[in-house]
Amino acid sequence: MKPYRVLPGPEEFLPPSAASMGIRLPDPDQGHIEGRIVPEEEAMERAARVFLSANVPTIFPGPLVLWSWNEKAAKKATAIQYLYDAIRESVSKRAKPMLIPMADYRPKYPKINPEVEINPNHPNLTIWHNKIDACMFVGVHCHQANLALKIIRGGTDCFTIAMCAQAGHEDANLTFRDATPEKIMNFAGWIKKLKGTV
Amino acid sequence: MSKERIKIAPEFRNIMPPEYRDLVDDATWGKVDRGWKDVGASKELIEEHSLCAGCPESMAFRYILSSLPNPEDTVMVGSTGCTSLVFPHVAVHNIHSLFGNQNAIASGLKRSLASRFPDQVKDVVVLAGDGATVDIGLDYTLQSWFRQEKFTTICFDNELYANTGGQESGLMQKGFVAKMAPVGKQFEKVRLPEIARESGCHYVVSCTVSKPSLVEKVVKNAVYVAREIGPTYLQVYTPCILEIGKQSMEGLQEMRDSEKPGLRFAYKEYVSPEAKELITEIATKEKERKAVAKAALAQSSA
Repeated sequence: MKPYRVLPGPEEFLPPSAASMGIRLPDPDQGHIEGRIVPEEEAMERAARVFLSANVPTIFPGPLVLWSWNEKAAKKATAIQYLYDAIRESVSKRAKPMLIPMADYRPKYPKINPEVEINPNHPNLTIWHNKIDACMFVGVHCHQANLALKIIRGGTDCFTIAMCAQAGHEDANLTFRDATPEKIMNFAGWIKKLKGTV
Repeated sequence: MSKERIKIAPEFRNIMPPEYRDLVDDATWGKVDRGWKDVGASKELIEEHSLCAGCPESMAFRYILSSLPNPEDTVMVGSTGCTSLVFPHVAVHNIHSLFGNQNAIASGLKRSLASRFPDQVKDVVVLAGDGATVDIGLDYTLQSWFRQEKFTTICFDNELYANTGGQESGLMQKGFVAKMAPVGKQFEKVRLPEIARESGCHYVVSCTVSKPSLVEKVVKNAVYVAREIGPTYLQVYTPCILEIGKQSMEGLQEMRDSEKPGLRFAYKEYVSPEAKELITEIATKEKERKAVAKAALAQSSA
């Protein structure tokens, strides 16, 4: 059987969970790119190239960083803002970077406003509406991130990056693990370093 | 949870959807005098609900949520039914239990909160329909009262299984014919308020939600008594207008018609001697606090 790769979709209506297809999580100081375990710096470079070449590179901050509930969350919020500024400064003129919150996980009725937020129960609406072709999840609880990443892979062609504070996400196209404010700043550094080369 | 945690990171304040900013800026967290009069004037703890137009349950939700004395440190436990359609929109911590398990879950939750946060007041409020409270979950309901668990149980009594099309429930009145109970109820409505009293509840009220001031008073009493003494029970009539053939505007009148003296939802209250003492004590302190606040206001405006 051909090894499974976690590629951007649209894959199918109900894509399999990547873990069930043999994709494993990276160890500390590693990441994965489309399911392939790589050194973390290699993943940083690839993620930076993806963002720099995207038309609508987007960061989706989740409740763990949107709400200032402890000192670490506050520092991460500052680092994410720094990363967003770095992306805006570094992308080409045609690109339109976005910062869209995933404020909480409640299914919202009758529907969300895809211009101002993303909801894990139907993330594809926000991605379709804004024509997002590369995104990064940060500060989203793991179970909700897994759900949303799978839906995005199933129904859109968006490249997904997970900046995970825990062990990473198999269902993202590219994942980091053990995210800290410093790691987010390092990623911003890669964006600045590769500015103009993509 | 502390009120200090309900703060948006300054970096993201401008991108947060407005309803979250309103929740932080205009909700009544930590306000001592919060009550039903805040409805419509402050940010409510319930967003657009998904109940039917005119559903009395939506009124009940609004009044109860606006009356909780300590919403930032309250966890609500719900169960299957129309109420479970609303909880996703409620800005108070809540847990959805399996059908009928709500009082068992609340028991464990209350105990673990007391153990984990011994120096903080943490309230637990069960809110479930009559099917969960009286039929499927009766065992758990009663056992929690027998064990004197310190939380409030609120039953939204619509006298049938509304969410699934109108089956007979234990709280349905005798003789009532529902869409999926065509023979009509053969037995009397279960007298759960009396059972609650005999099972050890210290504060028991049966009423409708036609009078918001009354709802506020009984919710606050029930939470305070549960916090200090033992289990409390509120049974509130929230008629399902669809299942009894009423229009959207007729829910309030239906409740008023059902609470007249001698009818099944005439106001009934039982208060244990300890609870009575506590309620009197709280009322006295409250009166003193308001008098002091009034005097301070008069002094500042003079």
